[in-house]
Amino acid sequence: MACFLVSGAEALVVKAVEKAEEKKELKGVAADGASDAVKRVPLSRKLKWLCNMLTGGAVLLAFEHIWHGEVVPWFPFLTAMYNAEDTAEMLHEMATVGVAMAVLITVVWIGMCVAADAIVKRGVTETQAEEV
Amino acid sequence: MTLLITVFAAVISTVIWYNRKDDSMKLGILLFMYWGASIMWLVDAIFEYAELKAEYFTPALEDMINDSFLGLSVVALGLVIWVVRLLITDPKGKVRKTLTAAGETR
Repeated sequence: MACFLVSGAEALVVKAVEKAEEKKELKGVAADGASDAVKRVPLSRKLKWLCNMLTGGAVLLAFEHIWHGEVVPWFPFLTAMYNAEDTAEMLHEMATVGVAMAVLITVVWIGMCVAADAIVKRGVTETQAEEV
Repeated sequence: MTLLITVFAAVISTVIWYNRKDDSMKLGILLFMYWGASIMWLVDAIFEYAELKAEYFTPALEDMINDSFLGLSVVALGLVIWVVRLLITDPKGKVRKTLTAAGETR
């Protein structure tokens, strides 16, 4: 009914954190050089992956809701808002399906981050071994 | 069907991204979009399965056709979003070059 709103809201928060982190990293690079950046994927870049997954998923799911007539271009935009019973059902769906979607995307993203760091580290170790 | 079509789109875009020569096509946006939607539809499918049980795997033909159209439309929408973003960000500077060249000839 409106489960995509949970991921959309998380995407907004992640975008804000990403921008703040990006500023912090730029300051850090200016202060001590980019030596550590080679060994690890910057957090701002990882947050961008999460933001893209959440935003993309939310946009495409919003389209599905438009397709099914659950989202309309006039106020209150969600047909479930017309009566209290449907609104309660919508909120329940957001709390269960919506939250589960956001959580699973975040879990997959954590796995991606761990794998990305391992791949980068493996690359550095292989380069060092070749140099020796 | 929507989940299946989106997963195929996600896998195909990931393979194309892996074989890319450079990052100028900004394929990352496309694959993250499809993977995000796939994960979200997977959760939706799990909840639906919990409700319908075995019936979930035997949908009516009409529902399947509708879902297939929806899946293809979702893939098309993803491609449109990607191509519009590509033209706006213009990483190769081709749009800018074309526009400035058109201005010079006038």
